[in-house]
Formats: sequence, structure tokens, C-alpha cells
Amino acid sequence: MTDFPADSVLVLLEVTPDGALAKTNAGLLGAATGIGSPVALLVAPADSHATLAQGAAALGAGTVLTADADPGALIVPIVDALAAASELVHPVAVLASHSVEGRDAAARFAARTGAAVSVDAVAVERDDEGIVAHHSVFGGAYTTVSAATFAAPVVTVRQGAVDARAEPVATPAVSALQVQASGRPAAAVESFEPLEAASSRPDLRGAAKVVSGGRGLGSADKFALVDQLADALGAAVGASRAAVDAGYIPQSHQVGQTGVSVSPQLYVALGISGAIQHKAGMQTAKTIVAINKDADAPIFDIADFGVVGDVFTVVPQLIAALEAKSK
Amino acid sequence: MNIVVLIKEVPDTYGDRALSLETGLADREAVDAVLDEVDERALEAVLAYADEHPQTNIVLMTMAPESAMATVRKALALGASSAVHISDELLLGADLTLTAEVLAAALKRTGFDLVIAGEKSTDGSAGMLPAMLAELLDAPQLTSLSAVTIADDRVAGTRSTEYGTATVSAPLPAVVSLTEALPAARIASFKGVMAAKKKPVETLTAADLGVDAERYDVPRSIVVSAAERPPRAAGVKIVDEGDAGTQLAEYLIANRLA
Repeated sequence: MTDFPADSVLVLLEVTPDGALAKTNAGLLGAATGIGSPVALLVAPADSHATLAQGAAALGAGTVLTADADPGALIVPIVDALAAASELVHPVAVLASHSVEGRDAAARFAARTGAAVSVDAVAVERDDEGIVAHHSVFGGAYTTVSAATFAAPVVTVRQGAVDARAEPVATPAVSALQVQASGRPAAAVESFEPLEAASSRPDLRGAAKVVSGGRGLGSADKFALVDQLADALGAAVGASRAAVDAGYIPQSHQVGQTGVSVSPQLYVALGISGAIQHKAGMQTAKTIVAINKDADAPIFDIADFGVVGDVFTVVPQLIAALEAKSK
Repeated sequence: MNIVVLIKEVPDTYGDRALSLETGLADREAVDAVLDEVDERALEAVLAYADEHPQTNIVLMTMAPESAMATVRKALALGASSAVHISDELLLGADLTLTAEVLAAALKRTGFDLVIAGEKSTDGSAGMLPAMLAELLDAPQLTSLSAVTIADDRVAGTRSTEYGTATVSAPLPAVVSLTEALPAARIASFKGVMAAKKKPVETLTAADLGVDAERYDVPRSIVVSAAERPPRAAGVKIVDEGDAGTQLAEYLIANRLA
């Protein structure tokens, strides 16, 4: 295969350490389809290429280039594959997930090729002059639009931020990519410990509803109240940094400046005062509900519905009322 | 062992940070400028190593306007023997690719066994510079580490990602980025503050580093527009009188959120 459409968008698929397609790929391919023809790059163990390529096609990848992964070498093999794919495809843009691995690979690729980078985009679009990326910055207080002065930009896309989905492709064109190893030094990956088995709850990133708990929950045991309301609403579970620092819940649930930024339809803050760093991660939610004992908590300044009260009496009543209505 | 710690002055996240709608750049007047907390933690990790290994030479490096000198001195007060401050009006608004080029040139000039940075700044939040530097310096990258062990000839650590944690290691020289999971920085002593005033700070421009900041033949990322999101208004606020849970359920159901 030598011909690629002039509007090819090279998408670095995100593959999880256990060898599956990450959930972020649907948004990546959705975003790519909005600005051109997606060409997906799959860097994964050879025996999974066929299955994962089919999976990528179901998310809209009409063309899939495959390359072997080297799980023992950090990032460099992915960058080598990305460089080879870019040289072959001559894309109008390169998209990657703004995950730890995606942004590492995108960063090195941009440094190697001298490309302009647009980071943590919440949307991409094409205008008369090329590809532009939209960003939500300073915790959503501002929106900006960035573009490359010329040439194909490298854009990392915020996880869960793009709702657009591409039409499935029944039979993708799959071909093996020839990759010349760059020989750049890479750190050795000696072992990997997966996060504890994910629950049946939705992922925090991209969730339509999020229930978060703060220090007001008082203990790790009592934090279960957050889980209960999340399950009643079908929501993901988040937390303030204070709750994470107090050990109520792992850091991966932290919402805020230094945690995950969420933009759900509904955000419920339980026992969270609303420090500016927490607001920076959730203030773009469509509807915000807050329950807090302290009537002066700053979270009430941005809440659409605020309850001054004890979470341990209000929330059980709320759950009971929701269950009664659903019957 | 020569360790360079990259530091960044950022708008304090405890204030209402502002963006200039004209330039799309951070408004440095809006709130106090502080040393980014994640950089303080990265510096602390290096200082803790140096406490045990007195032969360690720690150099702080930053690319920032002239006004950031006060922050550089504050960081020097915590420890470190000297600093390199790249300050050049031509670098105002430099994108990541140019910033990486400048810092890589400065790191080559200063020399290093280990480059350590915070995982990502609280203002730009890109988290990409350390990986870019590793590429440009032809050094292994150990990014997003939530724990780090420095040995004489290698560095190892725990890399935290969305999917789990990996144990990674590499021989020196290497580029490392550390997360905010690391311990908070020590408090500067009075002695440290006094000593910081006398520590050498080398000031460099892009030209000093052989970098042309005004090239138009290479692509740059630019902000084409910026807008402020309208502030959120507070909505209904009720005090629980025994039925707040029920009222909230009704609100959620009426708004199709339950």
C-alpha cells in the first residue's frame, strides 16, 4: 500500500498494558474523522494485530498500520513506529491520547521531527487554513484555540473529551509497517502492576455523571457513601485532593488541578469545600450539585443545587428517593 | 554526580489565574507567581539524595522572564549550588518545541548526569517537555515517576499511568520527571535564604545557546484566539430541614439527571 488520502490523519491508537484497545480510541478516531481520513497506527504484540485492527475498524479506522510492540523498552519503539508511519502517510495531523504514554510518545515524536504541538485538546477542527485545536485552560476558566504556523501539527486529545464517534468500517485495510529502529536509549520496563480490577462503574474520564467525596466523609469506611450514590446514579467516583491525601481513596480518582479534569452532565460534590484547585477540575460540568455542612463553603458559589446539611442524612434519603422513583 | 533540576515559575493556583485575551499568554500580573509545587517536590527528592551524597552538584535551570529571578533565589534557598536562568524577550510565548530546543541546548552546555523535572506544570499542564528533552538529548526517559531511586550510575523508579504502575530503570545520563506523589519540599532555613543571595546564577539568552528563536522556516504552535468562560452563577441553595434528600431527588429527576 503506497497511497494514502491527502487528508490522512495519523492516529496513534492507545493500547493498554494488558494488550487491549483503550477506551480513548473511540474519541481519537471520532476526532480524526471530523478533520480527515483516519489512518490508525497500532503498536501492539504481533499476535494481537488482527483482533485489535478489527476493533479499531469498528471505531472508524478504515486503514490500520501495524507494528510490533516492545513491552520491555519505554516509549522509544512507539516513537520509531510513529516516525515511520508519518513518513509513509504524510498526514495533515497526528493525533494521540493525552494519556501518560500517549503524550510521551507524541512529545518525543514532535521533538524528533520538529513538529508543532497542541496539547490536551478538547476538540479539533479543520478551517480554511488547516487544523486547529481547542483547549480548556486554567481549569476551564478560559478556552483557547491553537494552530501550527504551517505543516502537520501533533495534537494530544484530552481523554474522554471528544464525544464524536466515527462510523464503523467493516473491512479495514490492514498492513504491516516497516519500522527502522532508531537505536535511541530507552529505559527498561522491568515489571508492571495493573491497577486493581476496575469496577463496573464508568471511568472518571469522560463519564456523564460523577459523584465525588471530600474530607467531609471523615474516613475511608464512610467514603462508601460516595460509592452508593454513584451506583444509584450510574456515575463514576471522584474525590478531592484532601480525600486522597487522607487515604480515603486512591489518587487515580482525584479530580482537580493536579488530578483528572472532568466535564460531565452532572457533578455531585459530597463534603467537598470547593477549593480553587478542586474547582479547576470540575467547574465546566453542566450541572453541579453540592452537599456540605458548611453553609459558607465556596462550592456553593458554583453549585446549581446546593444543600446545606449532613451528607450522612441527606444522601441516604436521596438514594431512597431515587430508588423509589425508579420502581 | 551532576543533577540539573528544571524549575518553573507559575501563577499561584490559590488565586484566580488570568489569561491575556489579546496574546493568549498567562497574565503574570493577575496573581502571585510561585515556584510550581511539583517542582518543589522534585527538588526535594534531589536534595534528599544530596543529603546522603555530599558530592552531589545540583544546578537549577529555568527558562523564564527576568522577573522570575526572585523565584530562582527562593528555590536556591532550599538547596542547590547554582542556577541557570535563560531569560530572553524573544522567547516570550515560546511553544513546547522551541522551549525544548532551548532547554536541551542549555542542558548540553551545563552538562548533566541526571535531569529531573516535575511531571507537568500547573499552568501549561502539557507534561511533555521531559520526554522532548530526552529525545533531543539522546537520553533515556523515566517520566511520571511516583517514586525514584538514584544510584551512582543508574536511576530507577515507579512509573504511574492510567493503567497501573511499572518499575523502570536506566543507566545515566537520563531524564526523569516526578509526580506530586513525592514528599513536599523542606522549608528554607534562614541560613539557606542568606546563602542563596550569594549563589551564582548564570543568565543566558537564546543566542548564547546558539538557538535562533525567530526562525520562520520551522512550524510553531500559536494561540489563535482566547476567550474567558462566563462565570458560573450560584443556583438554588437550601438548608436541610429533613427533606433535602427528597427535594434533591426531585430536582435530579425533573432535570433528567437521575
